[in-house]
Amino acid sequence: MLQRLRTQRGPQLALLLTLWVVLGRLFAGNWTFPLDRSSLTPFHTWLGNGMDSIDANRNTNPIMSNVVEGIRNGIDGFVAALQNLLSQPPAGHQFPLVGWLGVIAIVTWVVYATANWRVATLAGIGFYALGALGFWTESMDTLALVIAAVVIALIIGIPLGILSGLFPRFEKLMTPFLDFAQVMPTFVYLMPVALFFLIGPASATIVTLIYAIPPALRITAVAIRGVPTVTVEAGTSLGTTRWQLLRKVQLPQAKRTIVVGINQTIMAALSMVTIAALIDAPGLGQVVVQSLQKLDVGTSFQAGLAIVVMAIVLDRATTAAAAKVQRESVQAARTRLRRRLGLGIGFVGVVVAVLVSYFTVFGAQFQGSGFIGLPFADAMQAGADWVQLHWSNATSWYTDLISNWFLNPLQSALVGTPWFLTGAVVLALAYMFGGPRLTAVCALLLAVLVGTGLWSDAMVTLAATFFAAAITIVLGVFFGAWMGRNHRVDSILRPVLDAGQVLPAFVYLVPFLGLFGATRFTAILAAVVYAAPASVKLIADGVRGVPQTIREAALSAGANTWQVITKVELPMARHAIALATNQGLIYVLAMVVVGGLVGAGGLGYLVVAGFAQSSLRGKGMAAGLAIVVLGILIDRITQAASQPRVRASIGNGH
Amino acid sequence: MTTTISVRNLWKVFGPHPEAIVNSPDAMLSRSELRKKTGATAAVRDVSFDVGEGEVFVVMGLSGSGKSTLVRCMTRLIEPTAGEVLIQGEDVLHADGARLREIRRTKFSMVFQHFGLLPHRRVIDNVAFGLEINGIKKDKRYARAEEVVGLVGLQGYEQAYPEQLSGGMQQRVGLARALASDPAVMFFDEPFSALDPLIRRDMQTEVIRLHEEVGKTMVFITHDIHEALRLGDRIAIMRDGGLVQVGTPEELIAQPADDYVANFVLDFPKSHVLTLRWIARPATSDAELQGPALPANMVIRDAARTVLEVDGPVRVMDDGALLGVVSTEEILAVIAGAQG
Amino acid sequence: MTIRLHGGVLIAAAASLVLTACGAASTSSSSTTTTSASATTSASAAACGTFNMAINPWVGYEANAAVIKYVAEKQLGCTVTTKNISEQVAWQGFATGEIDAIVENWGHTDLVKKYITDQKVAVDFGPTGNEGIIGWYVPPWMAQKYPDITDWKNLNKYASLFKTSESGNLGQFSDGDPAYVTNDEALMKNLKLNFKVVYLGSEAALIQGFRNAETQKKPFIGYFYEPQWFLSEVPLVHIKLPAYTPGCDAVAAKIACDYPPYHLNKVVSVKFANSGSPAVKLIKNFSWTNDDQNLVAKYITVDKMTDDQAAAKWVAANQAKVDAWLK
Repeated sequence: MLQRLRTQRGPQLALLLTLWVVLGRLFAGNWTFPLDRSSLTPFHTWLGNGMDSIDANRNTNPIMSNVVEGIRNGIDGFVAALQNLLSQPPAGHQFPLVGWLGVIAIVTWVVYATANWRVATLAGIGFYALGALGFWTESMDTLALVIAAVVIALIIGIPLGILSGLFPRFEKLMTPFLDFAQVMPTFVYLMPVALFFLIGPASATIVTLIYAIPPALRITAVAIRGVPTVTVEAGTSLGTTRWQLLRKVQLPQAKRTIVVGINQTIMAALSMVTIAALIDAPGLGQVVVQSLQKLDVGTSFQAGLAIVVMAIVLDRATTAAAAKVQRESVQAARTRLRRRLGLGIGFVGVVVAVLVSYFTVFGAQFQGSGFIGLPFADAMQAGADWVQLHWSNATSWYTDLISNWFLNPLQSALVGTPWFLTGAVVLALAYMFGGPRLTAVCALLLAVLVGTGLWSDAMVTLAATFFAAAITIVLGVFFGAWMGRNHRVDSILRPVLDAGQVLPAFVYLVPFLGLFGATRFTAILAAVVYAAPASVKLIADGVRGVPQTIREAALSAGANTWQVITKVELPMARHAIALATNQGLIYVLAMVVVGGLVGAGGLGYLVVAGFAQSSLRGKGMAAGLAIVVLGILIDRITQAASQPRVRASIGNGH
Repeated sequence: MTTTISVRNLWKVFGPHPEAIVNSPDAMLSRSELRKKTGATAAVRDVSFDVGEGEVFVVMGLSGSGKSTLVRCMTRLIEPTAGEVLIQGEDVLHADGARLREIRRTKFSMVFQHFGLLPHRRVIDNVAFGLEINGIKKDKRYARAEEVVGLVGLQGYEQAYPEQLSGGMQQRVGLARALASDPAVMFFDEPFSALDPLIRRDMQTEVIRLHEEVGKTMVFITHDIHEALRLGDRIAIMRDGGLVQVGTPEELIAQPADDYVANFVLDFPKSHVLTLRWIARPATSDAELQGPALPANMVIRDAARTVLEVDGPVRVMDDGALLGVVSTEEILAVIAGAQG
Repeated sequence: MTIRLHGGVLIAAAASLVLTACGAASTSSSSTTTTSASATTSASAAACGTFNMAINPWVGYEANAAVIKYVAEKQLGCTVTTKNISEQVAWQGFATGEIDAIVENWGHTDLVKKYITDQKVAVDFGPTGNEGIIGWYVPPWMAQKYPDITDWKNLNKYASLFKTSESGNLGQFSDGDPAYVTNDEALMKNLKLNFKVVYLGSEAALIQGFRNAETQKKPFIGYFYEPQWFLSEVPLVHIKLPAYTPGCDAVAAKIACDYPPYHLNKVVSVKFANSGSPAVKLIKNFSWTNDDQNLVAKYITVDKMTDDQAAAKWVAANQAKVDAWLK
């Protein structure tokens, strides 16, 4: 059916594009809203004044001084308490309350209790590696923030998720907020949050919450809704109250999926706390950001590796815990007894380790810190230097080629075309794919975009976004199809993709800068590295999902491998490809602010500049708004185009 | 026989403005026409019937006929749009939340097509679940659960988890759970249609046995005419949300209300259900009154041998009065008809 | 666009990443409280107590703070709490009581007026001895190969060398840190130079640009400033612009002269200034040269020492200067 629609839409799309190009050429340079770097529109000034007045009234406004400050102090206190346990000595102590030995013992034991001994061993070794990499304290700071954010995210997200699962109307109410939170690039809300909660752990925790609550909420709702109707009916027919039904029927069956949600929440939190280093979140993110300032490739990879290690441990531990929720039920009594015995003995060991770590310097201070990390950093630095020395001629030639032949024409077309022409094309697309309602929504969004006064910058950003997304999709289809067909390729590539998803972008920014200079192309590459793993995985899963019988039918009809891929697998995985396109665009857009740091200009640069210059605060805020509007426009239209609607609610990354 | 369940003019309409459809002329449109005109679907329309105490009442229909909705309306798992459902004289539809729970806990229970067992609980805890939510103490509810586990033949499986049992065994757990609260009425929603044919037969036998032992009033939903005829004291045939015919198996087969019902029973060996009463004809001569006498309520299949062995017709007697005679031709007509 | 903005944002080294923190990697987290390791709990230690020092996000600042912290803790027995915090927020901290000292301040006329003149919560504690210079720079190899490039009048002659895919027909002039409002676009126009200002987006990108240009002998011209640790790695060559005269930059759009020189200073909270702590005298007297700062910054960046190690090394070699601060 989609095939048929597409053939109908094809000529229309072509006509639309031709019209846009021809008319755009005709009127090139008119009605394009250009705005100098340092010029402000009244809207920007108004925003800036608003922000100033928030600052000025921090101590006098009762809402600010009570509510906002109360939240800030509460969260700061919570984080500080966790830090005192794990990373920072409380007043009067020389070391944190639990030293490395105690932490590793506790982690290993907890993972054994919730998962199994194999993952527990991995967790123990992984945590030891954090110290061996040279970042024990920083890792524990990061862990403290992750724990704080995840605990709060679950306290908020799970009950709301349960309500969403139970009451469709409540879910409808939540959906726009969740969509907004997921489409909104993470960098964009750093500034508003810091405006209210100042910089520091509280703000870091709050921005992390914004990012981590949606998966917790969505997956809990899915879990509750996924409980078979028949068991709910069975419970009801036996006369359960609503509460009994929830507690005895729905929650126990939803538990496994909810644990998957916890996994997603943890991963989201971890990826965000490193970004939150920009607003002074303590931990590994700081190291990475500082190495960027000092252009220290080695150290940034060293810290990046620590983040990846922590991500792997937390991911495997929660995944194994989710798998176990189900298996546990059927365990024989004897194994259960043996397990309990093991847990008991382990617990004694944990207590001993914690005591040793409290009372001895040996247990409190990581021994041999950095004995793996420093050589690793040196090797990475040497590698980066070598690559830069020998490759940069080729890479800069390549950068120029791409910029002159692809990026510049695309950008000048988007920037030079009158705004109403481009707007009309957007509305036409919205109408074609989504009907009048979507058109109305898009018209409103376009009006907001025009209202920000940053049309021209938005088009610069859009050009880079389209280009990066195109590369992402090509990579996604190529590697996705390969991985989907071949299990060995999958098992090799998947860990690499996983690492790519948790590695903070700052880590690879410096080497990219060295190779490709501060250009839009560098920003595009960074965005592709960030976005491609999710797209590749989605398409790989889609191709793998093609029923074997259909493949066999094609083979028995005499199709060769190429035909099987192009005529069977990719068409059948088209929903996955559509979703990958949607996600690819959103991910790429999320990176535009980072792109602003390395030469991409556009909205990203304005957000960064707004961070730094008080006179540009309002403009930076408007740029953030423009990015969000672009994100929602892209999201809505691509989702509508990939009918039937594919929701990006879960499996968003990781 | 006292009436245990009484259903009066029950309606369930899905879609916009459901109340407006009830009893309106639109309701008589065909399903697709109604949908086109109003956007609504009448899943149950104007259904009335009574079920006597200890009776097994079967509701039979094809998928989409509204039979599952009907049974859910009677238990208010789905709120009906209009009508009345009385169970032991109490109006179920007007019970408030607390009273409804009370009714569910004590007066009726339900067995589901896909069992609806809780995967995280052992068999014994699944069986005792209804008692548990009713606040019955642990030792007491386990004692009762043990009792019903024995009744349905699940001894030895108390500590197993549902996923370790076969489908048939799982449905025994479902049966036990429904029995545990000792309800007056049991609802069965296509309980055996997910099972293999052989096991299905076993389970039907099990239900017949249980009915003999505990004598519950049962409302049994099925799409399988054989099951319906085998279990039902009376059978209601449903189509497009309404009842087409309600009657005993014999009545359905002998006097189908329309072609729809006739089609259902077409394949069924009539000789297994019909009694001599339905084929007795007046004697044409005194000579025909010489044969042996058989009771009018004897099933044709059982009478066949006697009839075929004697030369002439046999007499059909109803409470000592002569109802008529049956000869070889009539018997063969029924048996041959069943095969044709 | 006025002078005050330049200073305000100079933040030079501050890397784009703006709010970022710069504490030495090893001392980790944001608000680290480091208790003096020395066991001497002398009377002076009790008198000194605890004070909060802002760490603004550039390495030059970090060098000042490292040495002050080291001396205060090791030689005065104080407890110094450092806060990784951006400049403007740090000034705010004088009012909220969160910050006691900023030890390298670049101008900020507006904030000086607000917090020193109007609210009277902070006081100027005198120069750090460092001179801030902002201007246009080229990598050393270019100055050698094209000696006359160091005068702005000759720049148009070389404009075509600087053409890139980002700048089209004009030469590319690179601006780095978005924290800084530069005059460069106005200068290009008013001095009629055939260059397009391209915003690289971060200090890191700018430094990387200069570094690549030097190692690969590629043309590169851009905005830079000193003191800055990178100058000890690659000694960039300053380009002469029409001389700065007070008021020549009054109207932003008409600017056609060089950037003004900056005298960097220290600012502390009134509360701290009146506390009687010996650290007050230390901060008031603290003064050193651009070379001193660049050396400590080099220890931190190039030699990868922690702040404490870098400070210890410098103090060991310059105890006489330290003694002068403590007198």
